Amino acid sequence: MTLIEFCGCALIAFGPPMTMFCLTVANNPIYIIIMISSCFFWLCALLTSSFLWAIVVPLKETLAFGVIFSVLIQEIFRYLFYYILKKAQTGLQKVSEVGNKGSIQSIRWLSLSYVSGFGFGIMSGAFSLVNVLADATGPGTVGLYGDSPKFFISSAFITLTFILLHTFWGIIFFDSCDKGCKYRIAYVILSHLTVSSLTFFNQLQFYLASLIPCYLITIITGVIAYQCSGGTLKSLKECLPFSLG
Amino acid sequence: MVNINQVDDDYSFLPEFAMMFITANFALYLLVLMSDPAGGQPKRKRSSNRNVNQVADEGISGVSPQRLVNNEAPAGEHDEAEGSSSPGSMNSAQRSIEEEELKYGASHVIKLFIPVSICMLIVVASIGSLQFYTKTNQYLLYTPFTDQKADTTTRVWHSFANAFIFLIVIVVMTFVLILLYTYRFYKVIYGWLVLSSSLLLFLFMFIYLSVVLQKYNLPVDYISVSIFIWNFGILGMICIHWKGPLIVQQAYLLVVSALMALVLIKYIPEWTVWVILAVISVWDLVAVLCPKGPLRILVETAQSRNESIFPSLIYSSAVTYFTGMADGGEKSALTNQEVDQNRPTQQDQNIREGQASSSSQSPSSTQPAQPEADIPPISFRGQDNLRPDLAGVDEFEEEERGVKLGLGDFIFYSVLVGKASSYGDWNTTLACFVSILIGLCLTLLLLAFFKKALPALPISIFFGLTFYFTTSQLVAPFCDRLAEQQIFI
Repeated sequence: MTLIEFCGCALIAFGPPMTMFCLTVANNPIYIIIMISSCFFWLCALLTSSFLWAIVVPLKETLAFGVIFSVLIQEIFRYLFYYILKKAQTGLQKVSEVGNKGSIQSIRWLSLSYVSGFGFGIMSGAFSLVNVLADATGPGTVGLYGDSPKFFISSAFITLTFILLHTFWGIIFFDSCDKGCKYRIAYVILSHLTVSSLTFFNQLQFYLASLIPCYLITIITGVIAYQCSGGTLKSLKECLPFSLG
Repeated sequence: MVNINQVDDDYSFLPEFAMMFITANFALYLLVLMSDPAGGQPKRKRSSNRNVNQVADEGISGVSPQRLVNNEAPAGEHDEAEGSSSPGSMNSAQRSIEEEELKYGASHVIKLFIPVSICMLIVVASIGSLQFYTKTNQYLLYTPFTDQKADTTTRVWHSFANAFIFLIVIVVMTFVLILLYTYRFYKVIYGWLVLSSSLLLFLFMFIYLSVVLQKYNLPVDYISVSIFIWNFGILGMICIHWKGPLIVQQAYLLVVSALMALVLIKYIPEWTVWVILAVISVWDLVAVLCPKGPLRILVETAQSRNESIFPSLIYSSAVTYFTGMADGGEKSALTNQEVDQNRPTQQDQNIREGQASSSSQSPSSTQPAQPEADIPPISFRGQDNLRPDLAGVDEFEEEERGVKLGLGDFIFYSVLVGKASSYGDWNTTLACFVSILIGLCLTLLLLAFFKKALPALPISIFFGLTFYFTTSQLVAPFCDRLAEQQIFI
């Protein structure tokens, strides 16, 4: 039972990202490197925010403080990563060509934004869920002391939204930084804050209250990211395997 | 087949019996990251060609990479086209200069990421599922201060003392190796290597297997196990020391380093591991970079002798058919198919090997470019060491360019990650993993700049240790609080 729950939750949370990784990232070495670097940046962001959380002793019990600052620090690190990537862009192109056998793919800036957002998401998702999943294998069951038995599955679903959201935020953020569109940057930061705050409902076991808005925001963010990457309704229709109407 | 409760006791003879070999073993595992001596061409049989050979010799003396992009070739247009597709498109002459400096591309990094990750994965999975490797009541002979119940000050003092004894053993062993190598006692070195790797492949694999079988409660008879171990070990010995498909050789090297890392994790006392990791990486820095550093001497001697360093000590991302030290006439049978796989045909056409007469550090390298059409072009060329071209050998091989990483680096990376995972916090393990990969990436970047053998441990281990301690002390409490209340950031 515990093993089944473990597999289910792991696949819910990491199945779609794994597919995305295999289809889009894994076949290009430079993307893997960028992904791992952005994972590292997220790690640095988390480290900074934990440090802040640990040294501000009076607010240690108030998690909201830590969460808000953590979100802001993550966005600052996202900007730093954007800045570094922008500087290194031409170098990256060269690095990716050296020793690359066969066809040389040129790196697209859009893909870089996608991959870096994806790296943020993977690391964030992994850090939130890995230990929970390790506990899910047992021994013991959740819910004996009045806790919700939906603990694992809700965690898995929210982790999935966070991975997707981070990917979308990466695309929107990089694109807006290029175009200097302040509203969208503000939207990224605000929606990140909102989604993080929504998860405060979880400890009251109002899972629906956090899950439904989270998924709505994910869809909206996804649409905006699609627009940022230059997609239109027409191109969406064209890429479908069947014709509409 | 194993008495379920007595596995630990069964192998109590280990520290006394085998530790000498083991120490000798890991002292040998070089801690070097170096360019694979060969240029960017597949290994290939070729009829004797003195010109190329000379180029190779010059390459070995450590001059800058020699390469010429031959743009007159009709296919040079390809190069132009590719050049214009890059964002900062520059003309191809500039590009060729740039590429000379950038010998290591993203694909080389990945070629090291994958084996390092696999090795860590084996170790972490073993540590996670087999308790045999996390608990012990006996320790290495070389870490004599093993009191785990002493107070903090004493334990710190003990771990430093242990680490320095450990280091001294390694230093002494390395110098013995250097002496043997300098005075060409190849047979002794070779015997030593064969002995140590056979010990790992037979004895430690047997122990590992019995622990696994015990863990999953699988009864297997001794006959099957001995047949399996025999085949496994012999295949490994052949692939590592003689020849075999590259992938099998790589797999065996990974298994050897994973087993070694597991043994080190098991038999080194708790706190000593961290001190040893720090001390070893400093030693690595000194040994590789100091003008008289032993590993540097070793690498330079090997290069001046036109030999590749012992393949059982270095993981190579590209082909190293090692034909035995006294066995220069051995030719590898590389089929054309492999050549085709290894080579992009485009580059075949437009990039020709030549020599860098212009800014080369060795003025003697002026030489006409290769006129023969049958010579495969060489795109990126570092310090070449082609196969030792011994007297009377009219064919020699060239190797595909790759990166070489000492097995010692694999072992200590895995020790760090494995030890971090032995405390059961997956976040810490993940953080160590990512930071080690980033460190490796940075080291490769440095390798691309400095073009000489570099220590692979310091940056990675520094990142790894930093992130281990900060994650386990600062991040883990924060993350646990968040995960417990299901708050996501």
